[in-house]
Formats: sequence, C-alpha cells, structure tokens
Amino acid sequence: MEQLTIKNLTKKYRHDMILDDLSFTLEPAKIYGLLGRNGAGKSTLLNIISNRIFPTSGEVRLGDDVVNDNDDVLSKIFLMSEANLYPRGMKVSQTFDLADVAYGNFNYDYAKQLAELFELDPQAKVTNLSTGQRTISKLIVALAVDVDYVFLDEPILGLDANHRDLFYKELVKTYQEKPRTFVLSTHLIEEIQQLVEHVLVLHNHHLIIDEDTDEMLAKAYAVSGPAKLVDQYTDGLRVLKKESIGNIQTSYIFDHLDDQRVIPDQVKIDHYDLQHLFMYLTDGREG
Amino acid sequence: MQFNFDESAPLYQQIADQLEEMIFAGGFDEQAQVPSTTQLSQQLHINPATVLKGMNMLVDKGLLEKRRGLGMFVKEGAQQKIMEQRKESFYNDYVKSLLVEADKLGITKQHLLELIERGEHDGTINH
Repeated sequence: MEQLTIKNLTKKYRHDMILDDLSFTLEPAKIYGLLGRNGAGKSTLLNIISNRIFPTSGEVRLGDDVVNDNDDVLSKIFLMSEANLYPRGMKVSQTFDLADVAYGNFNYDYAKQLAELFELDPQAKVTNLSTGQRTISKLIVALAVDVDYVFLDEPILGLDANHRDLFYKELVKTYQEKPRTFVLSTHLIEEIQQLVEHVLVLHNHHLIIDEDTDEMLAKAYAVSGPAKLVDQYTDGLRVLKKESIGNIQTSYIFDHLDDQRVIPDQVKIDHYDLQHLFMYLTDGREG
Repeated sequence: MQFNFDESAPLYQQIADQLEEMIFAGGFDEQAQVPSTTQLSQQLHINPATVLKGMNMLVDKGLLEKRRGLGMFVKEGAQQKIMEQRKESFYNDYVKSLLVEADKLGITKQHLLELIERGEHDGTINH
C-alpha cells in the first residue's frame, strides 16, 4: 500500500477561500480523525481527495500517481458521504453490487452479516430508509468495500448509541482483519478519541493540526490555582484559554511544560481531553 | 473485566496499569491467557496500536509473555514481581509525600506515629 499525498491544495469558490494551501500525507493502515467546525471545509477536502470535485490548484497523489481522473487509483479510495448518489428505487443490496462493480472484490458475506447485526433489510429501498438506516446502509458499504483508503464523512449521523457502539466495534474488527486507512470526520470527538491514532484539524481554511493523538494529548495541560501563580508558571507557554472563578484560574495549555520550573504548592496540573482541546484550538481567537 | 479511563496519563499507560492491577489482584492467574489485543480493542473501541503498546509495556516489565501463535500470557512469578516493584515504590509514592504533608501541617514525628497506630486501631487496615 502506498501513501496518499496532498500537496499545496487550494479551493476557492469565486472569491471565497475554502481551503488555503493544504499539504499533508495519509499513511497506509492507520486510523485518522479529521476534525473541524461546521463549514471548515472537511467535506470539500474529502470530495477533492476522492475526485468528486476539483481543486483550484494543487494535487493529490497515491504513491506517484495523480488521483485526478485516474480510475486505477480511484478504485482504491472510497468516500462515504452525506450526499445521496443512488438512483430512486434502488435497494440496499443493489448498492452492494454498485460498490462491487466500481471497486471490485466487494465482501458480500461481511455486508450480509453487518445488515443482520444492524437489523437492516437488504431488500429495502434506500429512499424509504430513515436517516439512521440510510447511514447504516452506507456504513455497510464503506466497511465491506475493498479499498486501501476509506473516508467517512459524518459516519454516525442519526445513529443511536447502540448502533454507534456497534459501528466502532466493527470498525476496529475489520481494521484488524484487513489493515487499511480510515479517515473519520465527525463532531462526536469524545467517542473517537481512543480510536484515532492521528488527528488533523481544519480551521479558518488551514490545517492547524497534523499530529499523533498521543503527542497532542501529552501537551494538553490544565493548570489551575491562584491566578498570579498560574500566570507565572505558564509564562511563555502556549495558553489556549483561561477560565476563572474568583481568584482561582485555570489555564488550558497546549505546550510542553518547562521541567526546570518549580510547580508552586497551590498549583494543580491535570490533563484535558481531545474534545476540549479541539474547542479551545478552534475558538476563533487562535488559528 | 472493567476498565476505567481518564485523562491522567496516556491511554497505553492506563491500559498497562489496569492490566497490571488485574494481574496483581488475581484477576488473571499466572500462566493464564490475557485477552488479546483484538478482543480488548474491539471491546473498548481503542486503536489496536494503543492496546498493543500497553501490552508491550508489560512484556518489557516481565509480567506478560508472548507465545507464538497462541497469544499473550501472564508470566510465572508475575504477582511476586509486581509486589516487589510496589514495595520499592512505596517509599517514594507514600512515605515521602506523607512526610511532606505532615511537615506542612506541623505534625511531629511522635504525633505521626500515634496517627499510624490510631489508623491501625480504627481498623483502616483489615486483617
């Protein structure tokens, strides 16, 4: 398997900048989280990578091959998105056939098994499905299709807690049986924090984070105590947000702490989670 | 088997710590097989690479061993080993911080000894 390289990718709609000069790589057999606020350009990015829309400039390559209109390469990249591309009256089982034709080697056995687990009738018409059921039918295709790169744009839209749980379980299972790259774009950050090995954050048209989850969280410190001591201790570090109650302040740091500095007795240091880190990074003040 | 995760340490570290605790508490007997990376990552929705990293920490510590084609097993003498390691860190983790806090509160050595006796008497230690 080869890596997917995104180089100097820019997308403008008329005069509006959507994506401004993005460069990053996606490695084979890794689970990624693509995070960004509404309108950050996540879907645009995923649509460009899978050749559904064209960039204004820049390119996407799989190994040495340009993705643009290259059927061989595109048969290794699958995008599950909100858009409904199926014709009216199409049955769920026929969407399996479509995937088999387009990408080859579709895993019908697994798809059938997933349909049973998610209690979805493969003979149902896609247009008659509820939001959650439609998500399930797309997820089944995304998990059973034979590609190297699977992009999941809002994979849990309308799913109840039980079905989300089942989806995460099946994702890990199929990933272990046949390691391939998954990129999850979702707002339910708490639920995917443990699943994603690497995080990409889009904000204000830029890629502001491209880092391993472990490394990111290792720099997420909440330092709290008397305001003056907290400010002294965190002086020069990257502070994303401050919160105060009375004289007690909590500063949310995204930085390595200075081991040379003595931590004052009244100051407490904890870690905070990915969801909060994302919120503070994309508050508008930063980026 | 119940895992609880928080933000206190990297996830792989927490996996290692909690598996170690289960071994120590006798949740897994020596020579017994522990759940596979596959089982744990599916059950807990954790990236397999993270689970593997945690497991490998225990392999490095000599508490688990890989048996080719079979899986991961608790090593013989693992409980004893954990006991020894914990005794070693007992001084640093508990005794030192106890003395620091006692000093802050102006508790004398004599008073401290009395408190330990009182704790024993009150049945804090169940024997």
